[in-house]
Amino acid sequence: MSSRVANFIASTGDHTLDALADFGRFFKFTGQTLRWLLHASGSARTWQLVLAESMDVGVRSLPVILITGSFVGMVLAVQAIEQFRAVGLEEQMGGVVNLSVVRELGPVLAGVMIAGRIGGSLTAELGTMNVTEQIDALRSMGTDPIRFLVVPRFLACFLLTPVLTLYCDVMGSLGGWLVTVVMSGVDSGPYWEYTRSAVSAFDVFSGVAKSFAFGGVLSLVSCYKGFHCRAGAEGVGRACTDAFVASFVAILVMDFFISVLLQSISTRIWGFRSLL
Amino acid sequence: MSILKTMTDPREQTRPAIHTPNSEPAMIELRNVYKRFGSLRVLAGVSLALEKGKTTVVIGESGTGKSVLLKHIILLLRPDRGEVFFNGKRIDDLPESDLAVHRQRFGFLFQMSALFDSLTVGENVGFPLTEHTNKSKEEIETIVAEKLRMVGLEGLQPKRPAQISGGQKKRVALARAIALEPDVVLYDEPTTGLDPVRSDVINELILKLQRELGVTSVVVTHDMTSAYKVGDRIVMLERGKIIADGPPEFFKTTDDPRIRRFVDGRASPEDLAALED
Ligand SMILES: Nc1ncnc2c1ncn2[C@@H]1O[C@H](COP(=O)(O)OP(=O)(O)OP(=O)(O)O)[C@@H](O)[C@H]1O
Ligand SMILES: [Mg+2]
Repeated sequence: MSSRVANFIASTGDHTLDALADFGRFFKFTGQTLRWLLHASGSARTWQLVLAESMDVGVRSLPVILITGSFVGMVLAVQAIEQFRAVGLEEQMGGVVNLSVVRELGPVLAGVMIAGRIGGSLTAELGTMNVTEQIDALRSMGTDPIRFLVVPRFLACFLLTPVLTLYCDVMGSLGGWLVTVVMSGVDSGPYWEYTRSAVSAFDVFSGVAKSFAFGGVLSLVSCYKGFHCRAGAEGVGRACTDAFVASFVAILVMDFFISVLLQSISTRIWGFRSLL
Repeated sequence: MSILKTMTDPREQTRPAIHTPNSEPAMIELRNVYKRFGSLRVLAGVSLALEKGKTTVVIGESGTGKSVLLKHIILLLRPDRGEVFFNGKRIDDLPESDLAVHRQRFGFLFQMSALFDSLTVGENVGFPLTEHTNKSKEEIETIVAEKLRMVGLEGLQPKRPAQISGGQKKRVALARAIALEPDVVLYDEPTTGLDPVRSDVINELILKLQRELGVTSVVVTHDMTSAYKVGDRIVMLERGKIIADGPPEFFKTTDDPRIRRFVDGRASPEDLAALED
């Protein structure tokens, strides 16, 4: 009995140590990436690689981002319209729907979709390169794999996630408009009027600022998991799942902290703003 | 000759033996290298000194750590204990960024080829040139064509690694390994998976590189024909230690049972026990 308890404590300890070691390695990996970023961002070759990756990132994720965005806007509107109508505030729908999309749902959902679409394929690609010794082959030829593989992928995700987020925002806004104005017969004029007064430039900025952070973190997590994946097809599959879960959690946690920070900045500058 | 020896004396095995028979300074030297993966002990005190311009063949059972040994020479794996020297300078404690420069003087042929899937055959062979030289596209294409011709694969440039056979991949990987005309080439099973004629072409290529460019080589192989043909010296690895070291004639004539069994490819009764009913 007591030995079972002791075993439990020991194995919990082991897991904790493993997790901490993993965390440490991840930060080291991030540090190396940022160092190479400073070194390599001046070279034309890096930007060639970034461009090649960007095609991939942008083109492959755009359709799914557009669909996600529009349905999020529509769902939000469907859920809210009855309540707003009951209190006679349906004309103010635009403000609420668009603010939610621009500040929270657009960046977070775009981030999550990119983590699934792009992050997954990054992990699978780098994981396969790792288990087939292609990463070692790079090292054996005197090319740093972080510089050659991670930096361009990081830059592509970091720079394109905000762009894709803006697409998501626009589609969300159109989705909300479709349900509120076209399907539920609220007047278009006041819908946009309230939107304009509720959504400030700072709200758009804060959504975009978040999405830079999400793009950065999801690419780092996905590349890290690929670089440290275990041998075999199973190892690669496992790394992909781990990478997605870790990116998802990281996005939500970062979203919370960045929101708190931006909120306090906004309150300090403009004071409290009422939506209704 | 003093190098005609098998180390069967246990005291001999624990002593860090430096296998340079004459005064020629070693180009590459491993001193008492240990490596383990988790609880699996792979290298248990390997010492090996390689002379400039010579070809050393490493033989040994599957899974004894030949590939691991080869990776220690360019520090793709770092020793847990022990040292690695290159031209008399210790390199196993250098950071990765310093090793990168150093590794450009090496060519490494991976056991599984390790070609880049996302690049064509031509881009694979040209990769080290694109990365480390300022040569123009045309110059690189000329060199790539020449290296591919050396391994008997001219015209294969536009194919992807997924579209070619295992033996072809191996030869493309070899062309890539020698693209920068390295001083040292490390071959991990260069002839495995090739037909006998192709194997002989590769053997001749290894000899040609040694003869014409003075390349220092380490060849890991199971193919004794190849070992006898290209090796100036053969070392045998067993359970993480070097158990025999000498010129090819020694391996042809020795009557040490462990060596004979491996070299002649005869399974021992213990090896066959699992097949008995
Ligand atoms: N990166 C690694 N992580 C964990 N274990 C490893 C690693 N590399 C090799 N090993 C283990 O070390 C041992 C020696 O492997 P190695 O590849 O050097 O054998 P080998 O002598 O080259 O065999 P073969 O002739 O079959 O290629 C094997 O048991 C292998 O499982
Ligand atoms: Mg091997």
